[in-house]
Amino acid sequence: MSIDSLPESSIPITRPLRPRFGFLTSTPIIAAATICLALIALITILAPLIAPHDPVLLAPSQRLKPASAQFLLGTDAFGRDLLSRVIYGGRVSLLIGIGSAALSIAIGLAIGLVSGFFRLLDSVMMRVMDGLMAMPSILLAIAVVSLSGASIWTVLVAITIPEIPRVARLVRSVVLSAREEPYVEAAISVGSSLPKIMWRHLMPNTIAPLIVQGTYVCASAILTEAILSFLGAGISPETPTWGNIMAEGRQFFQIKPSLIFWPGLLLSLAILSINLIGDAARDALDPRMKQREGK
Amino acid sequence: MTNNVLDINNLTVSIGKTPNGPKIIDGISIQVRERETLCLVGESGSGKSVTSLTVMGLLQKGSLRPTGGSVKLVGEELLTATDRRLRQLRATQMAMIFQEPMTALNPVVPVGRQIDEVLRAHTDLDAKARRKRILEMMEQVRLPQVERIFASYPHRLSGGQRQRIMIAMALVLEPKLLIADEPTTALDVTTQKQILTLIRDLQRDHGTAVLFITHDMGVVAEIADRVAVMRQGRLVETGTLDNVLRNPTMEYTRNLLSSVPSLVPRPARPETKEPIVLEANDLGKVYRERTFFGQGREVVAADKVTLTLRKGRTLGIVGESGSGKSTVARCIVRLIDPTSGGVRLAGREISDLSRRLLQPHRQKIQIVFQDPYRSLNPRVSVGESIAEGPINYGVSRADALKRARELLELVGLPADAVSRYPHQFSGGQRQRIAIARALALDPDVLVADEAVSALDVSVQAQVLELLDEIQKRLGIAILFITHDLRVAAQICDEVVVMQHGRVVEQGPAAEVLTHPKEAYTKSLLDAAPGRGWDFANFRPVESAAATA
Repeated sequence: MSIDSLPESSIPITRPLRPRFGFLTSTPIIAAATICLALIALITILAPLIAPHDPVLLAPSQRLKPASAQFLLGTDAFGRDLLSRVIYGGRVSLLIGIGSAALSIAIGLAIGLVSGFFRLLDSVMMRVMDGLMAMPSILLAIAVVSLSGASIWTVLVAITIPEIPRVARLVRSVVLSAREEPYVEAAISVGSSLPKIMWRHLMPNTIAPLIVQGTYVCASAILTEAILSFLGAGISPETPTWGNIMAEGRQFFQIKPSLIFWPGLLLSLAILSINLIGDAARDALDPRMKQREGK
Repeated sequence: MTNNVLDINNLTVSIGKTPNGPKIIDGISIQVRERETLCLVGESGSGKSVTSLTVMGLLQKGSLRPTGGSVKLVGEELLTATDRRLRQLRATQMAMIFQEPMTALNPVVPVGRQIDEVLRAHTDLDAKARRKRILEMMEQVRLPQVERIFASYPHRLSGGQRQRIMIAMALVLEPKLLIADEPTTALDVTTQKQILTLIRDLQRDHGTAVLFITHDMGVVAEIADRVAVMRQGRLVETGTLDNVLRNPTMEYTRNLLSSVPSLVPRPARPETKEPIVLEANDLGKVYRERTFFGQGREVVAADKVTLTLRKGRTLGIVGESGSGKSTVARCIVRLIDPTSGGVRLAGREISDLSRRLLQPHRQKIQIVFQDPYRSLNPRVSVGESIAEGPINYGVSRADALKRARELLELVGLPADAVSRYPHQFSGGQRQRIAIARALALDPDVLVADEAVSALDVSVQAQVLELLDEIQKRLGIAILFITHDLRVAAQICDEVVVMQHGRVVEQGPAAEVLTHPKEAYTKSLLDAAPGRGWDFANFRPVESAAATA
């Protein structure tokens, strides 16, 4: 009977459900966010070529100069060029943002997969995660940094640790529902090993939610790093980071507000862009959200 | 034409916003008169549900849109009615009951209050009068202890009780039209029979017109006055029940009817002396609820189940939901661990083996699941899915993929389907792929857990035929789990009837399904819808054969 005939061969052979990145230009706002983030990333990567001055070169005679042709955004209290410092400052911020997103996803994915699949390990791991989540993340980060000394790497670790439980829980919940799927049971009954089942049948389900979670982790890590620096608990003050620049500029806010304005503006733009992209990713990768819009 | 409650005239429904989008419903005309039940029959994707949703004005905004024709309810045009007017009409003039009563009811509101909401929205009765009305209605749908059920949450009620609540809610304002969209598909046969009788009786008392949507010819034979057959958005045939079942004029209807498996068991195959490949001895599974303070509740899912299966034979396990038939299947395949008793596979006890020791035995017993849409990983190509098993047992990738191509041809699909993904196939084709995957390991036993229950009848017939053919060719033994006695009658050599985790009756299919000894088996057979009809031969079954 023709009811059961094969679909026409014109149907393209595609890999379904693989995250696609077309959503990055889906609306003008998302496109603007993507361009904005790409610009910030490009500027910071090319910082040595773009920055007009050395960001750490002290020039006490040039203290707190207003914007001029030589110093486009003026100078700070030590006579360093603000524009160069802001450009270089983005390097640390983006590095910490992307680094901590990648790190927390890698560790959280491993923990989530394992605890989603093994009942016994699950209760132990999840209690540890509960404990981590119970501590305020900034406090935890300050403790880690002050115990091990401030460097980019310790700050990165300090910011990543509080994010791990969130990622692990997300992965665990996906695994818990996916392992009940008949295709996982089918894999068990054709004798697939546990690592194979996890890697091939469970892990792919977590990719879409992880991309979304990754953008949020990235945004909040950038913010946390800035807060740590602002509080003086972060990377040492001579290294330019957006948080450091603002922390130093705080004392001169009344004389020269641009010391806070420019790094703050870039920080906000970067985080806003990342969050917008994250929302767009969620809408694109979660079919339920699409339905809600009635598309 | 005044007594036409529902008059659908040349209705078209299209996808998307443009008028030239693909048509889901293409020019159908249906009339339902007062006190009449019109059964809308069709296979999945035929557009029968879309038709009912169009009438109710419940089409998903933005994706589906009526683009032509008219729908009149007691003379009033519905397609152009405002949302406000439609809201008034729903419940007061037309009401709908759905397939799955659990999802149609709000789980956090007691059922009595949910019916009350309908009355509050559409009548001026005070609280006392409303309550009286609701209790009356609940009695009418024959719910026991109405006071208690009034205050119960949906999860406290059985599937049948929930469906009764839905019917009470639908009929409390005495609408002119009741649309029932597969209302008994999720229910067991005995409950189904009760609900069908209930709808019949209520219709007689209230004079409601019923538009009954179903895919089950048996149900049609039970309830319909007139039948409309749909296929791919078009109306194939309409006529009185007798006319359509006896003298279908269209080829499609004839095919549809002849695909309905007969309740009369197929001729028994001769007894064999082949070796026993699968044995379950006193198999038991108890679910214990662990609580902090010692022992919690115990649920016995299977109790002392004993069965034997010989090479090349088919053993059916039949029973209603909750009878433990799937638990037994899963224990046998060791997807869950039995709590007592043993399973012998080709003479080797496997029920107490650890995961590791079980590994070499797994390939001898394979399972095909009910839902073809969930039993294949959507991200893995068909070939890889089929090859996964052999690769696990040391076959090289190239050989396994080559074998996958052969297997696809064996199950009636083109060999080049290996590189496609499951979403490119229909439900029946996916079930063929799942069967190919199970066969890839050359198992001795194939467990089919409701493997054809999710399929349309015509596809069901094809898959059953395929299983039969594979059995003849490979001499494989099949353990066939089903709730559908018709299917069991057509494929099984022996049948085990289960209820509440126990085996009630056991024996050759021809024996059990025609001369049942136990009362429970009798009641199951009695409740099988449409048992008075021999659909494939377009005539009623002789009364002598049916009641014997």
